[in-house]
Amino acid sequence: MTALLEVDGTSKRFGGVVANDAISLTVPEGAIVGLIGPNGSGKTTLFNSIVGYHPIDAGSIRFRSREISALRVPQIARLGLLRTFQQTRIYGGLNCVQNLLISRSTRREPFRQLFTLQGARGRERAEELLEFVGLYEKRNLLAGDLSFGQQKLLEFAMALMSEPDMLMLDEPTAGINPTLINGLIDRLKRANAEFGITLFVIEHNMRVIMNLAEHIYCLAHGELLAEGKPADIQGDPRVIDAYLGAH
Amino acid sequence: MNPQKMFLYGAIVLAGLAGPFIFPNNQVQMTELWLFIVFALTWDLVGGQMGYNSFGNVVFFGIGMYACAVVQIGLVYDVGEYTAAKGGGTAFIFDLAQYIWGFAIGLPVAAMLAALAACVLGSLVLGMRGHYFAICTLGLGIAAGEIAAGWDWIGAGSGMTPAPPPHDIDNVNRLFYYMAFALAVATFATIAWLLRTRFGLAINAIRDDEDKAEAMGMFTTRIKVTAWVIAATFLGAAGGIYGNLKRFIDPLDTAFSGATIGVWMVLMAILGGKGTLWGPVIGAIVFQVTKELFWTYLLGWQRVALGVLIVVIVVFFPEGIVGRVRQMFPERFGPRADAREGAE
Repeated sequence: MTALLEVDGTSKRFGGVVANDAISLTVPEGAIVGLIGPNGSGKTTLFNSIVGYHPIDAGSIRFRSREISALRVPQIARLGLLRTFQQTRIYGGLNCVQNLLISRSTRREPFRQLFTLQGARGRERAEELLEFVGLYEKRNLLAGDLSFGQQKLLEFAMALMSEPDMLMLDEPTAGINPTLINGLIDRLKRANAEFGITLFVIEHNMRVIMNLAEHIYCLAHGELLAEGKPADIQGDPRVIDAYLGAH
Repeated sequence: MNPQKMFLYGAIVLAGLAGPFIFPNNQVQMTELWLFIVFALTWDLVGGQMGYNSFGNVVFFGIGMYACAVVQIGLVYDVGEYTAAKGGGTAFIFDLAQYIWGFAIGLPVAAMLAALAACVLGSLVLGMRGHYFAICTLGLGIAAGEIAAGWDWIGAGSGMTPAPPPHDIDNVNRLFYYMAFALAVATFATIAWLLRTRFGLAINAIRDDEDKAEAMGMFTTRIKVTAWVIAATFLGAAGGIYGNLKRFIDPLDTAFSGATIGVWMVLMAILGGKGTLWGPVIGAIVFQVTKELFWTYLLGWQRVALGVLIVVIVVFFPEGIVGRVRQMFPERFGPRADAREGAE
């Protein structure tokens, strides 16, 4: 498998706090890779660095072998590298269908496509995806009126609508009703298998990440602590120490 | 379009066409009303639909006003000599053809210059968000007024008189009325269409969560500048008509009057209902009628009354008339249950 995303020696500091210290990791095309670590270990900072939310202090980030660390957020998104947010972000004043319609990928389209009628393209796909995440019944409700868990599902559908090559999910199951989590894991796997989307997932729920990911990276105190297959990570004493506070 | 809507639009257009014949004494106020509708609609496109509260839209209005006047005069006479004579000389006479050509060229130039200004200023200030943007636009309005007040070629602080109408037009205000009416209809039609396109969705998305829109691959600054340019185009043309309607352009009190027109356009949109298509139209109508009543019956206290009205609006109707009606009658005016119907 070729590497889709390569993070090489990336560092990011905020004032005196080193949030990421020379992190290197690889996400192969078509894989599902996990990123774990205690609170404050720098997972979201790494995500933000990758998608161009803030400049990095050192190192390089390549997507399809192309250096992206100097690109701006929308440019990176238009390359097909998309992220969802930990504090779910949707367009609260639009209904679910509209949220999806505006998320349709326009990577290969000129600016003037904005001046075409809303439902002209993508409406069927939007309804399919709402069905896929289980929100079809709610399709005409304002997204802002949905529950947090439903908004999370909507955000996932919006990401799928944009047909990314790689999707970075920041805690996809946080705040979701535990009985729905298995369904979500199943959907994430289907998105990977059926739509061919490479997934890179931050997750705190160990059961979820062990079920989902083929390969896991663990961060602690801004450094890459361990990597390996889920079973190895689960048994790694350094990882257990990091979570239980032996550091 | 359903028959009910067709009937509504038809009735409004008919009323608009017949207006000056039914109420000939209120022709000027009605002309103002159509222009106010343009102000409110264009403000709301950026302030309501896109969530960028601008206090500087009056810049484009003022630019349009001066640009139109300068073209009208410049086509026939030397602008510097004209303004130096303070518009008082009898040497500057315009015949009918010159006058009409002045508008035919002046209004498009006014619209284009205003659009150009929005493009340049927007690229500079639309990277800012929230309060920073609002305060910055406030500064733009003041700066533009000061520049105009210091520029001798356009009359500086003593202002400028647009081309005097020729004597063979006996009711020139009727000409202004129909120009204003046509502009209001064009503005409404354009914005109604825009809101049904992906562009409408995009600016709503920017209002709801700009970071998300960027993360989804939208070049938000480009979209924001485009919205401002569209608003400025119509405002520029409105300025061109307004200057002629008022017969005199004062740089601070007419053209770049942030404290009156600049605030009024925000108020009308809020009064009617921010972020709705009909809100600004209804807001402008209610505002203009109230304002004229105050000027008629509360003379001397009209500005105080207007100030009280502003406070009442902001405190008791923050969601506006349309917003309030939607809350009270959700089944009739609320968000459509079937979005398919709403989008087509």
